[in-house]
Amino acid sequence: MRIFDVAEITRNIKEMCIEANYSLTEDMVSVIREAAKNEESPLGRRILNQLDENMKIAGEDQVPICQDTGMAVIFMDIGQEVHWEGGFLEDAIQEGVRQGYQEGFLRKSVVGDPFGRVNTGDNTPAVIHYQIVPGDSVRITVAPKGFGSENMSRIFMLKPADGVEGVKNAVISAVKDAGPNACPPVVVGVGIGGTFEKCALLAKRALTRPVDQRSGIASIRELEQELLEKINRTGIGPGGLGGTTTALAVNIETYPTHIAGLPVAVNMCCHVNRHAVRVL
Amino acid sequence: MDKYISVPFDQAVSDSLKAGDYVYLSGTVYTARDAAHKRMYEALQKGAELPLDMKDNVIYYMGPSPARTGRAIGSAGPTTASRMDKYAPALLDLGLRGMIGKGRRTREVKEAIVRNHAVYFGAVGGAGALLSRSIVSSEVIAYDDLGTEAIRRLEIRNFPVIVVVDAAGNDLYETAAAEYCRE
Repeated sequence: MRIFDVAEITRNIKEMCIEANYSLTEDMVSVIREAAKNEESPLGRRILNQLDENMKIAGEDQVPICQDTGMAVIFMDIGQEVHWEGGFLEDAIQEGVRQGYQEGFLRKSVVGDPFGRVNTGDNTPAVIHYQIVPGDSVRITVAPKGFGSENMSRIFMLKPADGVEGVKNAVISAVKDAGPNACPPVVVGVGIGGTFEKCALLAKRALTRPVDQRSGIASIRELEQELLEKINRTGIGPGGLGGTTTALAVNIETYPTHIAGLPVAVNMCCHVNRHAVRVL
Repeated sequence: MDKYISVPFDQAVSDSLKAGDYVYLSGTVYTARDAAHKRMYEALQKGAELPLDMKDNVIYYMGPSPARTGRAIGSAGPTTASRMDKYAPALLDLGLRGMIGKGRRTREVKEAIVRNHAVYFGAVGGAGALLSRSIVSSEVIAYDDLGTEAIRRLEIRNFPVIVVVDAAGNDLYETAAAEYCRE
């Protein structure tokens, strides 16, 4: 058994909320720079170069990459040998978000009630997904999610007979419907299989996988590549203003499903695909 | 082509802008997003006064992140314009000259743009740090209780935007994507 004080979680979550909003991971930085070299549209290249410049300015001026610093989505993968002390874990996580958004000059974008719509003032509550894993370590992923792209995400409850072609059509139609609204170039997180909620969670998780890391399953790896090429032939382009870079990556995660179903979730993410990961 | 214009501006200027023009704006604009639009719309329905005169002004759909000490503003990029589509025609009919945002507009908004010789500019979504450097000052002028969604008066200098929908009704989102479509 390994004992953790929940205060350690608060501190880490606070730092990770700030870190994720001020700097993108290396894989995201590289893929945007690479796209700027390969984009065929002159206006598209100009926009991609601005995105590169934007990341540099975020660091220099200590200004968040995007003003929509998101709703904090947090994955807690907790080793089953871990025991918590010092308070309730969920409270400690929310406190970390509260401190991070306050001290990091991050925007408070959460309303307490979907109809009352009064801002909670500290960006809590976060959306937290817990998973028990083997071992005695804790893996934390903080993924602040902006809603320009979140609003353009879709779930399709396909029929088994729709097959892989049905999945391709679903993903392409989601990207086309999103068009300029999702702040392209986008990263497309796709969850296939499971149930209604499981495929959505897979799609969200898929967005936290590095964009230079392809699926471990050969057929899925090919599907990721094919979809990326198809999406980049739509012409939507950087900022939706035309071009050959509409998506930077398609990340697909799969899970077993029911004999009667083929659930597909498409979680759209803008080029500010933020996440911070720590293993304690 | 690149153009440099000052805001606010009149019909002669908006009529001269064409979809696809890259424009640097300098002068005064006002921010308003979801909650401020809802409140202005409700004020209009009640016959109450709006907190700013629409005539020839430009509204920027934006809610900034908090400013650090000594800075005019935090990160300050555009939000999705379609959420303001319900309210925009009423403001355009009151003389609103331009809007800055990102993403598609409805047919109703585009018709109101043409009817009123207005313009819809796109700013690059997700470039909030870069765009903050073109904002010289920021002051809340109404709806302070809305926090990031309050109405702010911004002084901007060479703020980069692209004409997406011009006064003739041309929509760059439709034409530009078609040009690079290889399906």
